[in-house]
Amino acid sequence: MMERDRFSLKKLLGVVESLYDQIRKGEIPSLDIATRTKKNIEFREESRVWVYGSKTSSRTAKTVKGAYQLLKTTYVIDFLKYQLQEGKSSTLRELYYISENWGIAKFNEQPESDRLIEDLEILTDLQREHFHIRPEEDGASVIGPLRIREATRRGLKEIHCQDDVGEGGYQIPTNVDNIEFVDHDAKFVIAIETGGMRDRLVENGFDEDYNAIIVHLKGQPARSTRRLLKRLNEELNLPVVVFTDGDPWSYRIFASVAYGSIKSAHLSEYLATPSAQFVGIRPSDIVNYDLPSDKLTDQDIRALNSILDDPRFDSEFWKNEVSLQLELRKKSEQQSLAKYGLEFVTSTYLPEKLTEMGII
Amino acid sequence: MNEIAEELAKKQKQISIAEFFEKNRQVLGFDNPAKSLLTVVKEAVDNSLDACEEADILPDIFVRIIRLGKDIFRVIVEDNGPGVVKSQIPNIFARLLYGSRFHSIRQSRGQQGIGISAAVLYSQLSTGKPATIISRTSPEKKASYFKLQINVKSNEPEIVEEKEIEWDRPRGTRIELDIVGSYWKGRKQSVFEYLRSTSVVNPHARITFADPEGELYEFRRVSEQLPPKAVEVKPHPHGIEVGEIIKMVRFTTAKNLTEFLVNEFVRVGKKTAKEICKTAGVDPSIIPGDITRYQAQKLVEAFKKVPLLPPPTDCLSPIGEELIKKGILKEYDVEFLTTISRKPKVYSGNPFLVEVGLGYGGSLHRDEKSILLRFANRVPLLYQQSGCAITKAVESINWRSYGIQQSQGELPVGPLVILVHVASTNVPFTSESKEAVANVEDIVGEIRLALQDAGRQLRDYLSRKKKLEKRREKEEIIAKILPLIVKKVSEILEREEPDISRVIARIMGKVYIGKRVEDMDGEKRVVISIENFSNSIKDFALYDISEGNVSGGDKISEIDGLKTVSWRVSLKPGEMVDLTYITDSPREDPPVVEGLSTELVEGARTLTVGSDEEVDEEYDGEG
Repeated sequence: MMERDRFSLKKLLGVVESLYDQIRKGEIPSLDIATRTKKNIEFREESRVWVYGSKTSSRTAKTVKGAYQLLKTTYVIDFLKYQLQEGKSSTLRELYYISENWGIAKFNEQPESDRLIEDLEILTDLQREHFHIRPEEDGASVIGPLRIREATRRGLKEIHCQDDVGEGGYQIPTNVDNIEFVDHDAKFVIAIETGGMRDRLVENGFDEDYNAIIVHLKGQPARSTRRLLKRLNEELNLPVVVFTDGDPWSYRIFASVAYGSIKSAHLSEYLATPSAQFVGIRPSDIVNYDLPSDKLTDQDIRALNSILDDPRFDSEFWKNEVSLQLELRKKSEQQSLAKYGLEFVTSTYLPEKLTEMGII
Repeated sequence: MNEIAEELAKKQKQISIAEFFEKNRQVLGFDNPAKSLLTVVKEAVDNSLDACEEADILPDIFVRIIRLGKDIFRVIVEDNGPGVVKSQIPNIFARLLYGSRFHSIRQSRGQQGIGISAAVLYSQLSTGKPATIISRTSPEKKASYFKLQINVKSNEPEIVEEKEIEWDRPRGTRIELDIVGSYWKGRKQSVFEYLRSTSVVNPHARITFADPEGELYEFRRVSEQLPPKAVEVKPHPHGIEVGEIIKMVRFTTAKNLTEFLVNEFVRVGKKTAKEICKTAGVDPSIIPGDITRYQAQKLVEAFKKVPLLPPPTDCLSPIGEELIKKGILKEYDVEFLTTISRKPKVYSGNPFLVEVGLGYGGSLHRDEKSILLRFANRVPLLYQQSGCAITKAVESINWRSYGIQQSQGELPVGPLVILVHVASTNVPFTSESKEAVANVEDIVGEIRLALQDAGRQLRDYLSRKKKLEKRREKEEIIAKILPLIVKKVSEILEREEPDISRVIARIMGKVYIGKRVEDMDGEKRVVISIENFSNSIKDFALYDISEGNVSGGDKISEIDGLKTVSWRVSLKPGEMVDLTYITDSPREDPPVVEGLSTELVEGARTLTVGSDEEVDEEYDGEG
């Protein structure tokens, strides 16, 4: 067993040990885990990201639900112990199917086992990769003036993310810490929500014209995508900007890149890029550029109101923009910029915005 | 009914009954095709039920609806009732208001709608087809077969065809009507729902229904007992209006006012009659037929002033708690059911009573508004739910205090079926269409009291259920989940499984008793730890058995070389104590508790106090 795996196992066994000790002392076994809601995240000054606060929730054998959670926790740890000792690994989905053989400890649905792995991350202060658990989600793609070195099964490979890749770009591996940055000519990183807009920028040669690294977020970004953005920002000192649709769900995408997501706030310091800036589409763009728009749905309005009391969005900028949007009752997509032609986004909109933001 | 009768009598001279029908469609229940179909079925079924009940026959009713065209239907209703004598058939089925009772006061279905002849008239006006009637009064006679229609000018029956035929039923009546209608299967106000509701409050009837798709439904008979017959009574002065007095004086055989009051009303004797006349300032010897409208007015005022006994209430025919239970259970799968029957009460001189059935759980929908079944004199009310005093009464109850969800002022939400029956010699309706009970304070009050009573019983049931559920959950934890956790945890750590009795005692709220032995310079010290995890003070005796030299405890007794160390223990909730004694040779047996039942103790055996029987035997032995 590798030293790192031995350490992970020790941490996992520590969780089991605390349960054992409670039972031996005649106490009802329970585990306290940070509560994962927006009410329980707080800003950490040193790292400038949002992490879990002091509120905890108990998984206790006092209730049937809690007892089952503890039972499943022990079964998962038993499985992870086997996996670490044997040098095996599995995906989140495989873990869910493996539980088929666990009798009453079996998971009812995959979100349940996914959550339990998050619980263990919080309890052990480790990441699922340390338990040899891989995500299902595929990492997004990168295109731009950047040369990387990746440790692959066929040895080290050097790849230039413009010259050595097709139009699809370089596919980010799930474990981003397995790649090394060799050199680059980039001025900044632009992270884009939708595939259509990413392809538009690539087709218009935006990466070449502006020395930009274009990262596709594919909706709510995977951990690996967020980790890559953070590394590009920290290690290469590149500013990161985020370009999404103009609706509340997209603002949440930006928030998870910049501030950390509520679901994985225990990893914020590892995943979040606090200096990331939001390009648009901003509600004020809808007015300023007279963009084609759709009416907000009731769900959109609820989501916007919920953003107003989300501590991550507690700034003048967001308060003004969100209030404006609630007034307008409108939302616009990135691709609505096509109203002014296919070149507009790369020739006018982005240059204007990025100049305003001091990026170019 | 009286209002329509009067109107009809007035207008009959000038307009035809066809015109009258057109003007009063809503009142008669023929507003639209869907409702018309339902009304036709309703009139025929009510007729059949009344006929069977009057003849003491358990009703067996067959309803069939055949689709003849897009919006044309044939409605067939057949019963096993006493049948109608041949000569009466044309009048009963093809003359509006024939034989309607003028002032007989009793609870009857006939209070609703205008009767079967209205259905015949509707059929004739909508499709132009005559009604087909078959009726047989005895197995010894042949059945009469009629095709009838109503002369819309004279309101006289017209016989289109008449013959005697063989019929497979020994007795009964069958009516066949072709009408313009509209059939909805799933809707709340459907023929199916009407028949189902009818069968809930008439569990002595068997109703079979063949729908237009040929689907056959049977609403079973679950009671062999006929409902008690309602008794006819005379009106009580408190419930009478001026118009009715004027009508009554025309028909009375009384020679003077005193006699009229004594003969035609309940609760009026000679003395009271005289007092009424005196209060009203009307001559008691006046001939009733000569009474003026003004005098009638004075009499009504006097009725209110002179003290009178309330009307007798034996003229009401409640469904009864037993039959309500059977009726609900046969149509709804519920886990809890209670019924409340209020005592008869009087509103403005009319006796009435309220019955309520409340069913909960089972296969009823959890997230929908509860099912409300409204009945007036055993007839289901399907329309105008929101305008009905029954609905208002249900909505005005705070169901949340009984553990049921509810938005303020709305029907409760949850797996509930609420049945409310108002029986009266004169149910106050909001309008002539008789679809909703009017907001009469006394009636609403009675409904509320009944619902509150039922609600309290439901609350008790729910809290019992919750307690049991909690207990069951805890048992699941200690019996199923906890042992697996302990096993897995020990397996992962490769350690011995710890004793879990203290954890169990804590979860189940028991008294925990743990015994261990400590070494003390060659001597052994037995330590018994006791902890009260329950919510109440626990008093009991504790015994532990040892051998050899023993010291400690409240008391030590010896039998055959075995020493029993005993203590009296009293622990408040959450309190714990360590009891110790010194011995040469401790034993491993767990201690014994006396004074607590087995399910309250974890980690010790329990000794139940000797039963009375054993005590008796002891006395016998000594004697």
